[in-house]
Amino acid sequence: MQIFARQSEGRVILDLSGDIDLAHSPAMRKALLGEIKEKRTPKVYLNLKNVRYIDSSGIASLVEGLKASRDLGSRMILYGLSPAVREVMELSRLQRIFEIYENEEQALGT
Amino acid sequence: MLEIDGRVTTSKTQTKQGAPLASFRSELLLQLHLESNPEALCIVRATVQRAAEIVEFPEQEARAIVRSVDEALANIIRHAYGGRKGMPIEVSCSRLWKDKDARAPAGIEIRLADSGVPVDTRRMRSRSLEEIRPGGLGLHFIKESMDVVEFSRKNGKNFLRLVKYFGPCKAEKMPEGE
Repeated sequence: MQIFARQSEGRVILDLSGDIDLAHSPAMRKALLGEIKEKRTPKVYLNLKNVRYIDSSGIASLVEGLKASRDLGSRMILYGLSPAVREVMELSRLQRIFEIYENEEQALGT
Repeated sequence: MLEIDGRVTTSKTQTKQGAPLASFRSELLLQLHLESNPEALCIVRATVQRAAEIVEFPEQEARAIVRSVDEALANIIRHAYGGRKGMPIEVSCSRLWKDKDARAPAGIEIRLADSGVPVDTRRMRSRSLEEIRPGGLGLHFIKESMDVVEFSRKNGKNFLRLVKYFGPCKAEKMPEGE
């Protein structure tokens, strides 16, 4: 899994790619919580377009990030979910709690 | 290490009460001997994906089978072995046939074994999906995706048997907390 950060005023886009599984979810968690809790970035976007697989530990990290952002009054926004990632979201029935958009244009327009 | 073996044996599926449901011929497709290393999970996922495709499961069901095996292995690494690396895990994958002539496929059976601490099935519950909190989703994913989820322990080893049949069949799932 790879993570690239695109910073601009008041927001960051984390471009994630590869598999978010037991081996790699700790890296995503660290990057996500670093933006939300340490840097206090007001808007954190997660671009999941190139994520092929996400497991329950990856979903748990996203939930943790969401909780942290709610606690601090910031926003965490997901977009570009592949069918495989969307399936896992639906299976966990957590898609309703996340802010999810189809693509970057829609996500950044909010 | 990957061993491909074409052995064909006969096995019976059982209900959770132990009563046999039907006899299937079981054809071993592969056996994997792994160590409890999270980095190995991607290799197992790719291998099980191909096995599910060979058994001719549709794409979405193949993904569900892969997800179940991945979550089961993650549970072994995290809970049975407490995150320790280098501990042994065995995975086997078999095609199930309805008839003795091996012409009508019935599904896929995956067996996992580890030498970790005993699984306390009384404490194993997939969490309520109404709760918004991290954790507890892995077992839910497995139960939602597979038709048979059987835990057992023998000779100091934990065994998990997962079966996915073609078509809906939810009769054999282990109930909550059993």
